[in-house]
Amino acid sequence: MAELLQFTFSGLTVGAVYALVALGFTLIYNASDVINFSQGEFVMLGGMVTVFLALGGVPLPLAALLAIATATLVGLALHRFAIETARGANAVTLIMITIGASIFLRGVAQVVFDKRYHSLPPLFGDDPIRFGGAAILPQSLVVFAGAVVILVLLWGFIDRTLFGKAVLATAANKLAARLVGIDTRRTVGFSFAVSAAIGAIAGFLITPITLTSYNIGTLLALKGFAAAMLGGIGSAFGAVIGGLLLGILEAFAAGYLSSQYKDAVAFIVILVVLLARPQGLFGRAKVERV
Amino acid sequence: MTSHCQSCFARVAAAAFALAVVATPSAVLAQVKIGSSLAVTGPASFLGDPEKRTLEMYVDEINKKGGVNGEKLELVIYDDGGNANKARTFATRLVEEDKVAVMIGGSTTGATMAMIPVFEEAGIPFISLAGGISIVEPVKKWVFKTPHTDRMACEKIFTDLKRRNLTNIAIISGTGAFGKSMRDQCVKVAPASGITIVHEETYGRGDSDMTPQLTNIKNKKGVQAVVNTGFGQGPAIVTRNYRQLAIEQPLYQSHGVASKQFIKLAGDAANGVRLPAAALLVADKLPDGDPQKPVVTAYTKKYQDKTGQPVSTFGGHAYDGLMIFVEAAERAKSFDPAKVRDEIEKTKNFVGTGGIVNKSPKDHLGLDQSAFRMLEIKDGDWTLVPESDS
Repeated sequence: MAELLQFTFSGLTVGAVYALVALGFTLIYNASDVINFSQGEFVMLGGMVTVFLALGGVPLPLAALLAIATATLVGLALHRFAIETARGANAVTLIMITIGASIFLRGVAQVVFDKRYHSLPPLFGDDPIRFGGAAILPQSLVVFAGAVVILVLLWGFIDRTLFGKAVLATAANKLAARLVGIDTRRTVGFSFAVSAAIGAIAGFLITPITLTSYNIGTLLALKGFAAAMLGGIGSAFGAVIGGLLLGILEAFAAGYLSSQYKDAVAFIVILVVLLARPQGLFGRAKVERV
Repeated sequence: MTSHCQSCFARVAAAAFALAVVATPSAVLAQVKIGSSLAVTGPASFLGDPEKRTLEMYVDEINKKGGVNGEKLELVIYDDGGNANKARTFATRLVEEDKVAVMIGGSTTGATMAMIPVFEEAGIPFISLAGGISIVEPVKKWVFKTPHTDRMACEKIFTDLKRRNLTNIAIISGTGAFGKSMRDQCVKVAPASGITIVHEETYGRGDSDMTPQLTNIKNKKGVQAVVNTGFGQGPAIVTRNYRQLAIEQPLYQSHGVASKQFIKLAGDAANGVRLPAAALLVADKLPDGDPQKPVVTAYTKKYQDKTGQPVSTFGGHAYDGLMIFVEAAERAKSFDPAKVRDEIEKTKNFVGTGGIVNKSPKDHLGLDQSAFRMLEIKDGDWTLVPESDS
């Protein structure tokens, strides 16, 4: 029983990390149909900028805010100088551009920062909370809470504000959106900025658990993307559920089966789910009118 | 003895004179080329970069002091980026175009293995700086290496376990190249060391929580200690999770994480963790009588003064390789490849950064367990575990 509880705790810890990363994919996808593969680099920036500012003597909360600001600027720059300049291109081309941006950002981070791993102190100390023979670190709960707060804000924004509707309209049909008076350029730019900020928040929240380095983004983006697909890409709620599910799958596979196959088990489940429900668990089925 | 030495001196003087006469017209001393192909850039640059700096630093110093056997050394370094194909091309170039007297390099085991046939065929001594045991096992006539091996790290850990009467262990290993290779070596030498591995777990690259694996180890009856083989951030997370689950058994880490960075990443959880490490990393902790102390202290000071970076064992391997060659050439009083090779093989009691080297026709590495020191982390710093508390 304690075993099951510990595996669940582990799954929630890792799952909350995936969920936070997965949430970052939501907004850009909603606004432009683009899966932003440099999302992992935003997460990396959030962690690394905070670490290096803190090393330079900046108080931690201020360092975190500056990290979010930095990532937001990078997000805006990515939109302005890479996505916007290729505005006639289709989604696949844009996705490739984001992959290029990801490699570029990793290279720059390697030069500006360094190639080593870094950590941040957890918000509420290192002492685990013990419960029913299992233990969980307070930081895991912080990450979990962060994911829930961002989920609520995103959901409120997309479903309850006019600007959120504009984002959805831009994705659905850019031309039609422009015809009804939506500034689609601003909408997409905004989605890049906010996604970058979400990534950066994820970055400094998860660093005490996952540690961070210039190349942590690739793997996180991969897992976050898998989580987003599982939950249904574009759905903030799906991203969180997908992330938690993926984390728990991995933890159970590692605990009950074999740690060698845990990634394989997780991805097989994702494949099966996507075969049965291509739009993901909570995604909207896409209807193309011809 | 006196007469012998006198004749000896006379011969050297004559040789030096002859050399000076020959060399005078061009007004430049003959240059002896030392070839090298290192992973200066790329994913293995943490190996190649300090190796290159070290070779350059010491070749410079040797030349300022008048060179070896009266000749200046010239370094020819190529950057293979850890790529075995490139390394092999460079090896051919070093032999055919640069006509090097010796090869010191090969940062990675892959690059080294690709270059071995070239130097074996050309008959040029090759001192590798890579970790793999397959480089010197089986013994190849022209191939030597300086770095300690994973197997020695395992044996060092097992010796310490035996001393504490802990013979049933669990291994948790990273699935990366380093973690897997060391795990394989540990499994291989365990029976001979009287250690039984009762349980095994692994974790993947980039995993951020190992509590499920550690829970299984915790629940396994009869585990007296846990050994973690791995590199990078994994071992730091294992150490944190280990304390999170309050596992009481002693935890051993590998030499792969013997750096201050590990202590920083693992934080308080690192207290009580033991691991084997090269003497170079604990230069200031060595007792005064330690034979390696002067060498490692001098190298550390020189490297850090010159580069402003913390010293690593990898640069130390390059230092050892260069010095073993220089001493062999001085003993051979020539740079003839065959003579130098024979002298390298006869290296005895060479005190390097990696340990005391005693090579033989059967052992082209020449290090034993004494190359490693057993360390315990206490309050954020290393402490040496006394070797003889039985």
